[in-house]
Amino acid sequence: MIGMTHYLVLSAILFTLSVMGIFLNRKNIIVVLMSIELMLLAVNFNFVTFSTFLHNIAGQIFVFFTLTVAAAESAIGLAILIILFRNLRSINVQDMNKLKG
Amino acid sequence: MDINSILFYVFSAILLFSGLKVISAKNPVHSALYLVLAFITASCLWMMLGAEFLSLTLILVYVGAVMVLFLFVVMMLDVDLETLRRGFWKNLPLALVLGVVVAVEMLLVILKHPLTDVVVNAEPVTTLSNSNILGWILYTQYSYVVELASMVLLLGLVVAVALTLRKSDKAAKYQNISKQVAVDSRTRFKMVKMDAEVEEEHKGEQQ
Repeated sequence: MIGMTHYLVLSAILFTLSVMGIFLNRKNIIVVLMSIELMLLAVNFNFVTFSTFLHNIAGQIFVFFTLTVAAAESAIGLAILIILFRNLRSINVQDMNKLKG
Repeated sequence: MDINSILFYVFSAILLFSGLKVISAKNPVHSALYLVLAFITASCLWMMLGAEFLSLTLILVYVGAVMVLFLFVVMMLDVDLETLRRGFWKNLPLALVLGVVVAVEMLLVILKHPLTDVVVNAEPVTTLSNSNILGWILYTQYSYVVELASMVLLLGLVVAVALTLRKSDKAAKYQNISKQVAVDSRTRFKMVKMDAEVEEEHKGEQQ
């Protein structure tokens, strides 16, 4: 029988994969953004799992708002990416040091 | 092994495989397409968990909107694939070490803690459907948060347009604030002298 632990382990592995993805694709900011989306999916998975097994709908409400924020975040992230590419002609993370931070 | 277990393992295998391909595919377009597969599989698993509304929302919002946006951007940007891959193998040991650390930490928390015992109410509180109860609570208890979420979406819309719009663009319309403030009545109004207009049926009476 599939219990709560199965789903939690699955989302933990998915989260780990996306953390590794951020480190592996240091040159490509598009894949870094996709890894962040995958990470949010893993976190949402945890919310839905707890919500189902504890019979508490608040977890699913929270996923709803996470989806909203993630959609806005990726839209703004891609807009920033487009103007960066217009100015630098590259999407390499290492080229984005114009602010000298 | 019942049908639920088999479905869970099949979907998990597809989800983890597509997650692996997202971070390791050579072409960013392939990464985006594998991410679509990951979202669809995750939505199947959410459906199995009983979160029907959210699983359909995931497909509508993510696959329908966000991933199309991603694909659009990936295909629009003309990038050299070779330079993007440089450093992949150099970063692999660090990523593996970090991944193992993160995975071991999380699995320790999940497996050591008897999480299956913390079930608060084992019995479902209501017989309403998932969408029904979600809408019920969303528009009563969380109505202010819904408005806040709508403001976040509006912010995303405005910021995305404002960032990508170019000054040289013909469609771009800008306000000239000093010009607007400097107007007075003479530049706004123009007095014109003209004869009185007479409607057709009154013409005969006048003559």
